[in-house]
Amino acid sequence: MFIGQDELEAVKVSPVLLCIVYYVSNQISLLFTYSFMNSFHLNHAPTEYDVVIVGSGAGGGMAAYTLAKAGAKVLLLEAGGYFDPADPKYITQLKWPYESPRRGAGTTRAFGDFDAAWGGWDIEGEPYTTVKGTEFHWFRSRMLGGRTNHWGRISLRFAPDDFRRKSMTGVGEDWPIGYNDISPFYDRVDKLIGVFGSKEGMESEPDGYFLPPPKPRLHELMIRKGARSIGVPVIPSRLSILTKAINDERGACFYCNQCGRACQAYADFSSSSVLVKPALKTGNVTLVNGAMVREVTTDPATGLATGVNYIDKATMDDVKIKAKVVMLAASTGETARLLLNSKSSRFPQGLANSSGVVGKYINDSTGASRSAFIPALMDRKRYNEDGVGGMHVFTPWWLDNKKLDFPRGYHIEYWGGMGMPAYGFGWGVEAMNGMIAARDGSMKAGGGYGAGLKDDFRRFYGAYVGMAGRGEPVPLESNYCEIDPSVVDKYGIPVLRFNYKWGDYEIRQAKHMQDTFEEIIHSMGGIALGSKPDASNNYGLAEPGKIIHEVGTVRMGNDPKNSVLNKFQQAHDVKNLFVVDAAAFPSQGDKNVTWTILAASMRTSEYLFDQVKKKNI
Amino acid sequence: MKRRDTLKAISLTGFGLAVTPVEAAVPAPPTPKPLKIPGGRQKFEAERDAKLMGEKFFTPHELQTVTVLSDIIIPADAKSGSASQAGVPAFIEFMMKDQPGNQTPMRGGLRWIDNTSKRLFGNDFVACTKAQQIELVDQIAYPKLAKTGMTQGASFFSMMRNLTASGFYTSKMGIEDIGYVGNVPNQWNGVPNDVLKQYGLAYEEREIAGYE
Repeated sequence: MFIGQDELEAVKVSPVLLCIVYYVSNQISLLFTYSFMNSFHLNHAPTEYDVVIVGSGAGGGMAAYTLAKAGAKVLLLEAGGYFDPADPKYITQLKWPYESPRRGAGTTRAFGDFDAAWGGWDIEGEPYTTVKGTEFHWFRSRMLGGRTNHWGRISLRFAPDDFRRKSMTGVGEDWPIGYNDISPFYDRVDKLIGVFGSKEGMESEPDGYFLPPPKPRLHELMIRKGARSIGVPVIPSRLSILTKAINDERGACFYCNQCGRACQAYADFSSSSVLVKPALKTGNVTLVNGAMVREVTTDPATGLATGVNYIDKATMDDVKIKAKVVMLAASTGETARLLLNSKSSRFPQGLANSSGVVGKYINDSTGASRSAFIPALMDRKRYNEDGVGGMHVFTPWWLDNKKLDFPRGYHIEYWGGMGMPAYGFGWGVEAMNGMIAARDGSMKAGGGYGAGLKDDFRRFYGAYVGMAGRGEPVPLESNYCEIDPSVVDKYGIPVLRFNYKWGDYEIRQAKHMQDTFEEIIHSMGGIALGSKPDASNNYGLAEPGKIIHEVGTVRMGNDPKNSVLNKFQQAHDVKNLFVVDAAAFPSQGDKNVTWTILAASMRTSEYLFDQVKKKNI
Repeated sequence: MKRRDTLKAISLTGFGLAVTPVEAAVPAPPTPKPLKIPGGRQKFEAERDAKLMGEKFFTPHELQTVTVLSDIIIPADAKSGSASQAGVPAFIEFMMKDQPGNQTPMRGGLRWIDNTSKRLFGNDFVACTKAQQIELVDQIAYPKLAKTGMTQGASFFSMMRNLTASGFYTSKMGIEDIGYVGNVPNQWNGVPNDVLKQYGLAYEEREIAGYE
């Protein structure tokens, strides 16, 4: 619902804080609302915040948590709505497929009706474009906690070598920091948030402080046995899911396999449940939902950031916020967009962009997959093997790239077993049941109907496995996002235009994945399904953006000429401007980056506090 | 005071009451009926679902054909009921509206079935005898064996089989039939011992003893 222009004018004369009071959700603790309302009535509400944070995902949540605990007055702006997986209003966990008229199909949510991501690759009214001949798919979650509500909870540390790939291989870029700079923060994140895993002593997959990992499921034991027989390691996965309770605010996992729906016991990590809510309880954080930030404002005289302007999505009001420090955690794409859209006479190329590097080097994980049928698993005994949300085992990168024709590694994720049926169950059986002998040993043509078909579904249930590689790409200057000169979103904000193409290294890596997948499948007596992806389809390499691991648009570095941020993720050009999402990362390893976002955001937030204490900011 | 109330107060005191010619030219839309948003749905999704539920896609004849075909694909047997007993036709109806790309292949396929059964047996598919229906289905149920002139029917039948299987096995009846016993809070303690034994597998020492 839009209000009229007259009312818009009226709002401008009212204090900005009025808007905030309304939008601070009623979910927030009474104490907080009470003190805030009080301050409003007493008319000394702060007109300038210590820090404004844009985005409430992993990076923004951790910054809000760290700064609020330290006593800073924080304004947390989130473009999406309020979300709490423990509130029945939002719960999808433990629902049955028949509670959805489409049985969970992905019509309005990319990963299905029950998935906890509001948004997706396409959002009505929020377009983006791509340069002809290139492609990029941009996934956005518009909600408190962002994409952490539905992510895979794969929580890996970068290894020492992941920070220095350029020195090792001549391509890509080194980080301005090393493992020793960040490992104390990984340790603290492990203890604060909780992650299960096993100590393996592998240089390339550093150990942390682990909760006990769940035992492998049957198909995972079979994968492990087969893969190990051909020299491919399989170890317990490392997921931020509480196999044991770690405090009174969060429960332990109850093994429903549905972390992607967000957990009502807060037994998995999402920024909203684990960081933002405790941050709000300090009373130091004001949360505004539905705030689409369009610009970081600066003082033309000093060149310092002065705050942000946002569009209130519900009313379309343009709201001005003043803050001593601006922290961007809007996501790799949105953070770059915001800087590029924050042009002024002093910053004609966009804010903090004297290097011209903002938007460049965007890189997503590589991804390729294959599934298989395991005849030995037909006619399985039924029991509950839901387990945690995701794999109980995985394969860390195990080879030496010096002996291969691509310079970066990948890990392998696995799935399979007796999962809850969902939309798509039984789809394409005609390509399957012609390959498998009937109970009496006879072969029949694929397809069919009736009692025999029903029997096939029963026999095949739980006999499928799948695997997917997630690999490190080499970031390229030629892969970038920029402001589209002719397109705006429904808020009038100029949109991003992407220009992204996979390089040969990534395609060769995908080829290697496919060869490995077939070897693993054969090692366990499986039948690989579909035809093997080949050069005609880039060996099944997922289109850029489809793995939703994009990083690198506002990278840190020691040289202000080819980086935007210093080693504390502070803008070279604007000392009170910080970036605490994965936009800051020069590369992403073959490790999902969330754990590194969290550790780096904690590190940057503490650096900021130290700088304020020293009166440098 | 909530902001909405503030706005109301402001507009009533002189800021927003004037109706300009521009506003008058666009009549206000009727106030929509309040919609109860089910738990776990976004507002736009609930509105969309309610709208689709209010629409009809299949004609009665089409729905009858869908019902007969889905029960040929998943009939009742000793273990569970049939597709129609599990509500599959209603699910297929919804999917036609939810994903409109389904509509032409489905509507056209149903018409193909009738065209073909009239040519072969002189009747619409549902008016044919059970034996005639099966005679036709046998010619389109196995895509690799489908003869010229029957391949379009085979594509349609595969679509019907996919939708029927998905609809049946995601129903309460189908879930019980397939034997999925999860989606409840529980404690995962690993693969049962008899199953480990059956497959000749074992947990490692640290998995049995517990991690440090």
